[in-house]
Amino acid sequence: MDANLPERIRSRLTPEAPTLVVSHGMPVVELAPAQLSAAVRALRDEFGFDMLLDVTAVDWPGQALRFEVVYHLYSTRDFVRLRLKTRVAEADPVVDSLVPLYGSAAFMERECHDMFGIRFRGNDDLRPILLYEGFAGHPLRKDYPKLQEQPLVPYREA
Amino acid sequence: MDIKIANPVRPIYAPSGADDGRVIVNIGPSHPATHGTVQIITELDGERILRADVHCGYLHRGFEKECEAHTWHNLIPYVDRLNYCSGLINDFAYCQAVERLMGIEITPRTRILRTLLSEYSRIGDHITCVAAALMELGAMTAFLYLMTLRDYIWEHIADATGARVTYSYGRIGGLARDLPPGWLKRLEEVLVEYDTYIERIHGLMDRNRIYIDRMRRVGTLSQADAISYGCTGPMLRSTGLARDVRKDTPYLAYADLDFEVPTGILGDNYDRYVVRMREMDESVHMIRQLVDMLPEGPINVDDPRCVLPEKKLVYSEIESLITHFKLIIDGPRVPAGEVYAAQEGANGELGFYIVSTGEGQPWRVHCRAPSFVHMGVAHRMLQGGQLADLVPTFGSINMIGGECDR
Repeated sequence: MDANLPERIRSRLTPEAPTLVVSHGMPVVELAPAQLSAAVRALRDEFGFDMLLDVTAVDWPGQALRFEVVYHLYSTRDFVRLRLKTRVAEADPVVDSLVPLYGSAAFMERECHDMFGIRFRGNDDLRPILLYEGFAGHPLRKDYPKLQEQPLVPYREA
Repeated sequence: MDIKIANPVRPIYAPSGADDGRVIVNIGPSHPATHGTVQIITELDGERILRADVHCGYLHRGFEKECEAHTWHNLIPYVDRLNYCSGLINDFAYCQAVERLMGIEITPRTRILRTLLSEYSRIGDHITCVAAALMELGAMTAFLYLMTLRDYIWEHIADATGARVTYSYGRIGGLARDLPPGWLKRLEEVLVEYDTYIERIHGLMDRNRIYIDRMRRVGTLSQADAISYGCTGPMLRSTGLARDVRKDTPYLAYADLDFEVPTGILGDNYDRYVVRMREMDESVHMIRQLVDMLPEGPINVDDPRCVLPEKKLVYSEIESLITHFKLIIDGPRVPAGEVYAAQEGANGELGFYIVSTGEGQPWRVHCRAPSFVHMGVAHRMLQGGQLADLVPTFGSINMIGGECDR
């Protein structure tokens, strides 16, 4: 990784998203949900982060902004990975969709919606992907009991 | 019995009812060509696919949820079951992520052994993919040759790990055990068999008119699409872009190895076949280098935070007994933090994003599964093609259900 890259990203994204640290060799940017789309567009168009590797979330129950939505970007030109994090509250877990920027966002956001109930504004296909129609709740939230069952097919009488 | 079972999926389109010749055909999830379980709802005009709606998730078993309820060590067997054609790469990718968070540097012997076994697994995985894709096109001879070869490899890996498919061989800070005596001698024998069998496959398939007609310019993926849809591994390389985690951000011993990154031209099914066949040759080339590099020495690091003490000491001194006990009951203490570590899995970038709060159990384990990402672009490769080409195209993606659905 180019040693100046974190500083260049920081100055480009300031003042909206100045929080940038380098963690285990990877630049990590924290920003507000409102800044997400513009920041990702800048990263893609000006810094060469042309691949969206991954979208997921982390649940921190008890915190005011409960869900941390985590993105991993990759530059196929400079071989650099970058992590983007944004926090949303449980009452209104909405972030902008990255589907207009990356094709891969479609499936990954669907999975994140399945598992955490994060809604992605602009992704109009948030049907269940790993779960099924009618599944109640979001299993990767910490308050979803691990042993809860929701069988589609009723159990047979013994 | 009169039980109403809800439909688990909602297709994005329904039969229009108009007399325009369009029909909806449902393929899978239980279909012999959808190795693993995947459902593809297609809208057809005659034999041509107009739209395809790919549904995965039939093999979802809550891997990430289950991880949060186990110690860092206990979930290694689950990790095996992601890509069950090359479980060792999963093991090592996961261990690498945890080790990076703990700041552990693995021993030189383990570093080489993990690289060697990763490449050996990659051969097994590519063989599985190519063999299945060939069989689905009716090439039974090629399939049986490749399965024979794969069995040599898997039986040989079983000699070292104790299992053919689900190995549980990686350990945080090392490996479960060292190689048994004579393993490397047998390795050379298997590599000679590899040459014999793969030569037959090249002879049967490479210039086979029927095969080329079915594979060339079928299931084409453009390079722009491949990047936009996050494709990695042979999928991306088949479009002509030589991106490989082993080369671009080297890990393990890859920086010290001499190997090439094969690429395709058109990004079609034939290119994916060629890329996989060439990659296997590169893997063999790497394995031969690694055998020469393999140093003597310990396989586990000397770190009581994660490595179990020797049995002899557990039975004879109290500190080791307590360490053993604490590691089993509480799990290794991984410092609080988060890390994303990626390795080149057999079908693309296999990444583990782990979050620790400093406990013996993970707060969050997320697997960036290449199969799942590739399923997101499958409809682009299928649309506009023939229905009969759906099977080889899907086969060439090498979707592994355990990894895709987690």
